[in-house]
Amino acid sequence: MNLTLKIWRQKDPQDKGRMVTYRVEDVSPDMSFLEMLDVLNERLILEGDEPVAFDHDCREGICGMCGMVINGVAHGEQVATTTCQLHMRHFEDNAVITIEPWRAAPFPVVKDLVVDRSSFDRIIQAGGFISVPAGSAPDAHSVPVKKEDADNAFDAATCIACGACVAACPNGSASLFTAAKITHLSLLPQGQPERESRAKAMVEQMDAEGFGGCTNTGECTAVCPKGIPLDTIARMNRDYLRASK
Amino acid sequence: MTATIERGSATASINPPGDATADKKTPRRRGGFLSSSPGKKAVMAVTGAVMVLFLVAHMAGNLKSFLGAEEFNAYAASLRTLGEPILPHRTLLTVLEIVLVAALVLHMWAAITLARRAGQARPVKYAVRRKSQAGGYAIHAMRYGGTAIFLFLIWHLLDLTFGTVNPAGGTGTPYERLVEGFAPSRWWVTLFYVLAVLAVGQHLRHGLWSAFQSLGRAGRRSYRGLNVFAVTVSVLMVVGFLAVPAGVMAGVIK
Repeated sequence: MNLTLKIWRQKDPQDKGRMVTYRVEDVSPDMSFLEMLDVLNERLILEGDEPVAFDHDCREGICGMCGMVINGVAHGEQVATTTCQLHMRHFEDNAVITIEPWRAAPFPVVKDLVVDRSSFDRIIQAGGFISVPAGSAPDAHSVPVKKEDADNAFDAATCIACGACVAACPNGSASLFTAAKITHLSLLPQGQPERESRAKAMVEQMDAEGFGGCTNTGECTAVCPKGIPLDTIARMNRDYLRASK
Repeated sequence: MTATIERGSATASINPPGDATADKKTPRRRGGFLSSSPGKKAVMAVTGAVMVLFLVAHMAGNLKSFLGAEEFNAYAASLRTLGEPILPHRTLLTVLEIVLVAALVLHMWAAITLARRAGQARPVKYAVRRKSQAGGYAIHAMRYGGTAIFLFLIWHLLDLTFGTVNPAGGTGTPYERLVEGFAPSRWWVTLFYVLAVLAVGQHLRHGLWSAFQSLGRAGRRSYRGLNVFAVTVSVLMVVGFLAVPAGVMAGVIK
């Protein structure tokens, strides 16, 4: 396959940045999207150019490091797929592919396609934990959890904090991420004592970071590689409203 | 952040205490319910519900025009004597009007502040025009639709409530103003009205279920039901509100 790539290049956080067009030839349809970028980068290095910086780690869709907006869609148009698990067979030969970083004020660009997602860490630090003496691992099933709650909590806990929800949201809202983290704990018995203070603290931190508000567009859940459902946001709203009484 | 937790070096805080750069970088917002994003959305949900209840009553009242001038004018007069003789003339109606204006102002205030916050959250736009992955274009027209409805509302009050721009004038009976207002010679007013009613329908299509979501009253089991509810109510509202100008055009109301 031969491709034309339009990639956002930005030297450092201060640089204004611009789109640069590259031609990549002999791409195998079996390559992942990141492997295709590796091919481009190897050539750029040989030519003495600066390679395109992008975040990645596990390359098996569970670490949440990779992420870029491909043709206007976070992680590309393949549903429930991270960028590393997106394969070139989903693209046409001679396609023009535009690649941009996540765009949000709380996600400043570090370089090229790499953004700083520390704002997510600060939301977690604000309350995304339970306060228990963390000794040795407790016995399994020592606290009974309803099957349905366990399933829903697990669904929420699959969030890998990649930031696609923010990238896709027309309001640049981090509601799906924050709601997933709140839901995952608020559905379980261990999360009950701090349920309301947690929701309040995490929502306040989310707002303080400069994320937008949720207008229930559902764009986040549509691009979420883990398919975090929209009802997590309803749960977050409920817990927050209760905490604000 | 009140709770402190011990963390291993591998997960050390990215903002160690005393690191001033983090506070400098994050824009501080005043706390409080009304400045929080879920708080603003709760305000929008409640004020929106007040306005929807008004619209339902308004539509039902409009349909009285099919019963003739006498019946319609008597209905309009009865709004002013609502609550009498326990309450003085026009008391309850004035209270309702104040509630409605307050709901409208709060709804718009929340919408405008949220829109501004959304703008600040994405200072650099995407180069590629983003496609809606959720497939709900009704949602993305809420801000434009809401603005259009507000502009229409101003005209609508001047036309049919105060009669300032109505051919029958402020002195005509409500029925006269209605028939004159939708007269075929003023087709452009009717067109404006039709577009505004469609905008209301589109606004309610999203707003009706969204209100439940914002108040935390929606869930996996209720989404389907809420969507059916939103579509049904929006369609009924559009049909009900368009029936009157259609009746005038067809000569049923004259």
